[in-house]
Amino acid sequence: MSQTIANPPVVRLGTDYIGKPTSRVDGTAKVTGAAKYAAEYNVPNLLYGVVVCSHITKGRITKIHAADVLAVPGVVQVFSHENVPSLAWFDHNYKDDVAPGGSPFRPLHEPEIRFNMQPVALVVADTFELARYAASILEIEYEVEPHETDLEKKRDDGYEPGRGKSGWMPPPPPRGNPNQAYRKAPHQHEAEYIHLAQHHNPMEMFATTVEWLGDGQKLNIFDKTQGAYNVQQYITKIFGLSKEEARVITKYTGGGFGSGLRPQYQAFMAVLAALELKQSVRVSLTRQQMFSFGHRPHTLQYVKLAADDNGTLQALHHSALAETSQFEDFTENVVNWSGMLYQCENVKLKYQLAKADVFSPLDMRAPGAATGSYALEVAMDELAYKAGIDPLQFRLLNYADRDQNADKPFSSKKLRECYHQGAAKFGWDKRNPKPRSMRKNGKLVGYGMATGVWDATQKKAAAKACFTADGRLTVSSASNDIGTGTYTIMTQIAAQTLGLPLEAVTFVLGDTNLPEAPVQGGSWTAASVGSAVEAVCQDLGKSLLKLAQKMDDSPLKGVDFEDVQFVNGLIRRNDDIQQSVVIRDVLQANGEKELTAESGAAPDMMKQMGYSMHAHNAVFVEVQVDEELGTLHVTRVVNAVAAGRILNPKTARSQVLGSIVWGIGMALMEETIMDHGFGRFMNHNLAEYHIPVMADIHDLQVVFVEEEDEIVNPLGVKGIGEVGLLGVAAAISNAAFHATGKRVRDLPVLINKLM
Amino acid sequence: MNSFTYSPPTAVDAAVRERINRPDSAYIGGGTNLIDLMKENVAHPTHLIGLKKLPLAEIENLPDGGLRLGAMATNADTAWHPEVEKRYPLLNQAILAGATPQLRNMATNGGNLMQRTRCYYFYDLATPCNKREPGTGCSAIGGYNRIHAILGASEQCIATHPSDMCVALAALEAVVRVSSPQGERSISFANFHRLPGDRPELDNTLRPGELITALDLPKKGFAKNFTYLKLRDRSSYAFAVVSVAAALELDGDIITDARLALGGVAHKPWRKAEAEQLLIGKPATLVTFRQAAAELLAGAEGHAHNAFKIELAKRAIVRALKQATEMDYVLDTNAFQNSNP
Ligand SMILES: Cc1cc2nc3c(=O)[nH]c(=O)nc-3n(C[C@H](O)[C@H](O)[C@H](O)COP(=O)(O)OP(=O)(O)OC[C@H]3O[C@@H](n4cnc5c(N)ncnc54)[C@H](O)[C@@H]3O)c2cc1C
Ligand code: SF4
Repeated sequence: MSQTIANPPVVRLGTDYIGKPTSRVDGTAKVTGAAKYAAEYNVPNLLYGVVVCSHITKGRITKIHAADVLAVPGVVQVFSHENVPSLAWFDHNYKDDVAPGGSPFRPLHEPEIRFNMQPVALVVADTFELARYAASILEIEYEVEPHETDLEKKRDDGYEPGRGKSGWMPPPPPRGNPNQAYRKAPHQHEAEYIHLAQHHNPMEMFATTVEWLGDGQKLNIFDKTQGAYNVQQYITKIFGLSKEEARVITKYTGGGFGSGLRPQYQAFMAVLAALELKQSVRVSLTRQQMFSFGHRPHTLQYVKLAADDNGTLQALHHSALAETSQFEDFTENVVNWSGMLYQCENVKLKYQLAKADVFSPLDMRAPGAATGSYALEVAMDELAYKAGIDPLQFRLLNYADRDQNADKPFSSKKLRECYHQGAAKFGWDKRNPKPRSMRKNGKLVGYGMATGVWDATQKKAAAKACFTADGRLTVSSASNDIGTGTYTIMTQIAAQTLGLPLEAVTFVLGDTNLPEAPVQGGSWTAASVGSAVEAVCQDLGKSLLKLAQKMDDSPLKGVDFEDVQFVNGLIRRNDDIQQSVVIRDVLQANGEKELTAESGAAPDMMKQMGYSMHAHNAVFVEVQVDEELGTLHVTRVVNAVAAGRILNPKTARSQVLGSIVWGIGMALMEETIMDHGFGRFMNHNLAEYHIPVMADIHDLQVVFVEEEDEIVNPLGVKGIGEVGLLGVAAAISNAAFHATGKRVRDLPVLINKLM
Repeated sequence: MNSFTYSPPTAVDAAVRERINRPDSAYIGGGTNLIDLMKENVAHPTHLIGLKKLPLAEIENLPDGGLRLGAMATNADTAWHPEVEKRYPLLNQAILAGATPQLRNMATNGGNLMQRTRCYYFYDLATPCNKREPGTGCSAIGGYNRIHAILGASEQCIATHPSDMCVALAALEAVVRVSSPQGERSISFANFHRLPGDRPELDNTLRPGELITALDLPKKGFAKNFTYLKLRDRSSYAFAVVSVAAALELDGDIITDARLALGGVAHKPWRKAEAEQLLIGKPATLVTFRQAAAELLAGAEGHAHNAFKIELAKRAIVRALKQATEMDYVLDTNAFQNSNP
């Protein structure tokens, strides 16, 4: 009989946590307020900095009336380009891990204004209230130059970006003969799809508290970020600090959605002020200032699709033109997915940028895919109607069993099961295909569906494990928990790997004193940090086994690591589970206080090379429309997701629920309105930048389709933070069409577009 | 936000005297609007006169059969007051259609009347605004104006008054009671808010320093046939794109009295006697409703982003009148809870 940990006997039970719905281990800390966020570290002798942002979009500062502000008692300093000390000169010093190509924006570097709400000064005072007041009276004179912020005016200025941003892939070259195939096909559809800029708006505003630790210039930087290491390397490179001098700590993050992937300017400012003033400084942004940096870019997309009478896709063209700043080429994968989601021999994809006088866009939940899949999936729906085929059937007919972009098989792909299980749960068969044919309570009812695909990525990550004689295990890695449940799933993985009760395990994250982990993004944390945690616990387990074998009368003498299992607080023999050692006793018996291991995990390139690795989903939506008044409610959503192994169905479900809500916002509400005359976003607050409220949310159901994948990583997880968003906005748009017969091709679908 | 002092007087005359003596002072009710305006540096009083300790939070019956709503009663307490629920359900609906429970718990009746427009430009010091700084220009004209007025606007300002409660108060013909060192006076609701004209900085006809002490509701509450229909960009916690307060008295099929007020379309709740006259004495039919809607919207003018409101308002009026007529429909909670369905 041979049993291994990866394939345990049925008797393993008590400490098997992976795959079990587990409540957040940090839940109590969060709801009781014990969880501390960046702006809540009340270190002694704290000064407060408030950022002043530009009122103009383009031009230069001609005068800063700092003296008037400095005259206010309690104001300590006004930092601006006029008095910032000389800092690092080269662009690469300002590049962070996720910086796109180009020349990163340098806060307070020069008098030039490149975008509206550009941070131009930091006013530091003894109290927050005083700093805020002083910032409000700082007068700045500008020389104004004409600006252009409107992508619509840049339609002819598109260019293909060069390489730059990690993870970005230029679209693959065309395949087949898409133009000819399109012309010849009996069913054709072409249309433009548009959405404006959208802002992340996590609840927690960006903030940094820098604790000045004395003249060795050592700083503790409590920062709101999705990547402590990323902030550290950014800060150290700019300010010429060593890593020891700049410890970055981020224990809790009140939402990120991509906004914290890049270090934000308040971190730079707080460090600058602390170093210059040799005192602790906090800088928090306002909600308005949350609209002063990256956003999902305003994007114009054109899709051309054609099918034959059997419903086989004959041609697929998808092009996108997205805004970027004057100084960086922000790129995201918008169109590539279209070449991979469906089987099609004739494909042409194009991705272009146009420069506008805005801040560089920034990855926002499912960057690129949320944009691209919206256009593709509405276009697919449109073509399905033209070809007279049920939209679900149409997708099944064109199911891709192979990634044609990469010409590789998928490591696993259970999208077909997503379609079947989702449709069954939703009751898709009850759909009358005719638009405007279904009604309920005097309202038009529409059913719509759409699909999504997202990368399954693993990054290199490291972790440390420490087991102490009191039976407690602490595992750590400088990862992050932006609300995703990282604390919880890492605790589950560690507890199960070493067979300890959940309560005996603590996972520590968000600190550059811990082993390095990648920024939390791309839905790769579970795969990357999870693999590192499993690896380090296995290493620790090996050491524990060695010690256990040294114990008197140890029943484990002579057995290999593969021949034992860690379960229920015991190390026991696979061949006779009665033969065991209590893990807790191992250190004491050997007179040891603690046992540590440090290791990591990286993707197995050899194994993965031959495969395309992705998570998929299928979304089914019911809407009810009051046509006369143009109002639409999403009454029902079923989101079927195939994302490999689900580590924690509870937190994973939360991620997908959050994604659906996000998708409802994207479909019906979210847009940051730019007044192009001013070049300024105008609805820069949560009263006017609408995201869904509870009353907008009705019946949401999540289906996890079982999917085994041994290629993606040893844990078999694909990540769940983003895929659930895909398809939601398209499915809602499609349902709105089914209900009303009106096709809206620019998001969000507001009252006035349906009435 | 500038620094300020605070005092909570306990008597109305002391409060108004303090307000007059300190021209740079402001009354503060729940603070849900004023504090935001101060944070945005749109308002910068150096002294706040807290109204919480004034004896103005009562809701009491009036000898003439009406109901007095204290200026310092919260929006929540007002909406859920048994007399309001029973006799003025239109007001209950309108208040509950506004903001969120948290805001309504803080917001006062006086503050609700006095809340300022939500025009984006008004709140943003980076842009010119005649209401904030007379003479600087109106950025909304030619700018982004989805939430702006289609009726009664001027070349100086196209802002709307954002209140829901006030739309019902206009329909119910409430009377605003105010106090000043000169004594007390009453202002009819129709005359309380004003159109922007060439003085867009003035939202209403209060004289400097005057304090709202109460709102008097006349006896007639239209408790049988009424609807507050609010259309907005999400189901809660959003200001009206268009809202309608409709109140009818019916004798069989015939409308014997009618009130119709619009929110989200003008610098004040929008009423027009001619529109209501078109309803009175007529059968409660869609044809009648459409005529009234057309009359109420007569002269409406749209801008680049809000022209749709003209047609939307007409449809909303017809729907609201229909719901008011068929009260069983209204009482289906879904019909107004989810007024966007
Ligand atoms: C995010 C958000 C959403 C909202 N949504 C809605 C909505 O959907 N519908 C809606 O109707 N409202 C909405 N509101 C507005 C809310 O109803 C008002 O802010 C509230 O009614 C103001 O009352 P307050 O007591 O807090 O006023 P305060 O903020 O205290 O005062 C506002 C103004 O009134 C003056 N004032 C206060 N009391 C008196 C008095 N007795 N006499 C004279 N002057 C006085 C103050 O000096 C100040 O100028 C929303 C508000 C917010 C912040
Ligand atoms: S509409 Fe009125 S409030 Fe808005 S910008 Fe114009 S003047 Fe100011």
